[in-house]
Amino acid sequence: MIAFIGKRLLGLVATLLVASFLVFAVTEFSPGNVARKTLGPFAAQESVDLLYQKLHLNDSLPVRYVRWLGVLTGVIADPLQDPALKLDFKDPRGDRYFGNFGYSTLYKLPVNDVIWNRLGNTALLAGISFALIVPLSLIFGVLAGMREGSFLDRTISVFGIVATSIPEFASGVFLVAIFVVALRLLPGTSPLTTGGGGWSIASQFVLPVAVLVLYDSGYVVRMVRGSTAEVMNKPYIRTAVLKGLSFKTVVWRHAVRNAMIAPFTVILLQINFLISGVVVTEMVFAYPGFGRMLLEASLFGDIALIEAATLVALAVATTTQLLSDIGYALLNPQIRVA
Amino acid sequence: MTADAPTHVSALEPGKLAAAPEVMPDAVAASMTSLVAPTAPGAPVAAIDRKPPSLLRRLPTSPIAMVGLALIGIWVVLAALAPFLPLDDPNRQDFLSLANPLPSAKHWLGVDIKGRDILSRLIFGARTVLTVAPFAAICAYLVGMPLGLLAGYYGGKVDLIVSRLSDIILAFPIIILYVILISQIGPSFWNIVLAVILTAGPGIGRIVRGLTLEQRHLDYVAAAQLRKESDFYVMAVELLPNCRGPLITDFCLRVGYTIITIGILGFLGLGLPPPDPDWGTMVKEGTTLISVHPHMSLFPAIAIVSLVLGFNLVADGVRELSLTD
Repeated sequence: MIAFIGKRLLGLVATLLVASFLVFAVTEFSPGNVARKTLGPFAAQESVDLLYQKLHLNDSLPVRYVRWLGVLTGVIADPLQDPALKLDFKDPRGDRYFGNFGYSTLYKLPVNDVIWNRLGNTALLAGISFALIVPLSLIFGVLAGMREGSFLDRTISVFGIVATSIPEFASGVFLVAIFVVALRLLPGTSPLTTGGGGWSIASQFVLPVAVLVLYDSGYVVRMVRGSTAEVMNKPYIRTAVLKGLSFKTVVWRHAVRNAMIAPFTVILLQINFLISGVVVTEMVFAYPGFGRMLLEASLFGDIALIEAATLVALAVATTTQLLSDIGYALLNPQIRVA
Repeated sequence: MTADAPTHVSALEPGKLAAAPEVMPDAVAASMTSLVAPTAPGAPVAAIDRKPPSLLRRLPTSPIAMVGLALIGIWVVLAALAPFLPLDDPNRQDFLSLANPLPSAKHWLGVDIKGRDILSRLIFGARTVLTVAPFAAICAYLVGMPLGLLAGYYGGKVDLIVSRLSDIILAFPIIILYVILISQIGPSFWNIVLAVILTAGPGIGRIVRGLTLEQRHLDYVAAAQLRKESDFYVMAVELLPNCRGPLITDFCLRVGYTIITIGILGFLGLGLPPPDPDWGTMVKEGTTLISVHPHMSLFPAIAIVSLVLGFNLVADGVRELSLTD
């Protein structure tokens, strides 16, 4: 097991390295050189040239990638903080430390001062949604799957398809039209401040969470349903029924435990999918989160911030995948991990 | 028992492929398959004596699929007839209607923020969506399918390289990949197709790989190999048709998901360049006035949902049919 985890951790680091190189390559592909993008369209040509020199932009892509890695790991000083550039980029942590993601040209702040705050907001939103998605989908999934083909099953299954057909921005529009415009019950934006409108922070979470829960639980419900229906056809369930146990006992004591193994993986992997959904949801509700920051950084061409954000998102995604694999192996005694 | 779990995971939702447990040990994947989808492994054997009834011919027996087809059909017909319908020019600005942009006899679904007829923009927008999404999905299949076949059929080094590469792409939360790509290379027809190939290709490759692994050791493949058929023949003529059920399902889901993605890109301001109508962009433009005139973003949102629902329903119908193969 330890060898398995060690191997997977190595793979995780390799994935992060290759993926960050790919992102690096893509951001450099776009028209307009990095120095110009960093300084903005109104900077003087001399300062662009100076920056071009400082960043060694005429080096090849792999060389520059290795240099970026050097800044990240604290081996090399961040060239953007060089006072000779007169950019006034200062990081209180110094220009050479481990985990230096560089300087965000969009926010004019060190990336580390921007990203963690935003990530915290997003984690809060995703966490609340996740805490609702899991129990809701388990309950409805088991209810549908325990009597395959019943009216309840059909209803829940159709709901599942419909829910997965409504993208977050569409359900956002629907919910806003109903609860904000027509009923005036909830705020339409979630800036996480109480100024303007006077809506409480808690009320600002209702709609974003609802959007995420709707889209994601549709899928998980169907997953749990399929797994439960499958288990209900097993011989040991027939045995349990025939020995005179009540249907409720059969479902809760015998079926549910065995039916949970497959959805477990899928549910953990939802975290990865939540990250995707969160980008859109944050845009709908002007939520000050990680996804909106990434979109703004991409549109602006803030390379340091894009790189940092993708690395963090990928790290979260791959770590949950690893956790789900380990949990799966622990849950299911049939699996021997070599 | 060398099945691949993501095949069936994705049978529900291609977007989740990004999160599919790709590097699961085979044993994990195999036991997961048996939990998730009770496909009969013996099914293709019957194909030796007689041709199985075509999935297409049995489609009318699935009410779910027929509802889905009807939804898609309505949009296809409207999109095809768009130039002949008595519609406003989708880009003509009727400033007089701006005073009262609500649905009226003149503008059935009202006008948008710039006074353009929403119904006309929806129908002309359908032309774009119905071209881009299926075309991009087909392109992604043309890239992903050969990769998956090669990886599954030859195994070994080929498999290792293809799988590792797709693992990296699939590790990205999918929308983040789209946002980074499109914001850097710019939104255009070909760039969106390129982004779909890049993001969906690996997922398709993995599904095809899993299906190939399931089938590779069956008798009909051995028979073809014994006849000294070329590897290409075995893969393209023998293996691929036997994987059609899950692949048709996945294709429908993928088209639906591509429509969602194009909508999301439009909504995020990365849609196809104006002034031509794009559903996602229409939703986004409408949201600026949502507190006064919610219809401006409601109608395009409903349009997207109806079309995606159509593809998802067809996918679900085909999935149920192919399970009873």
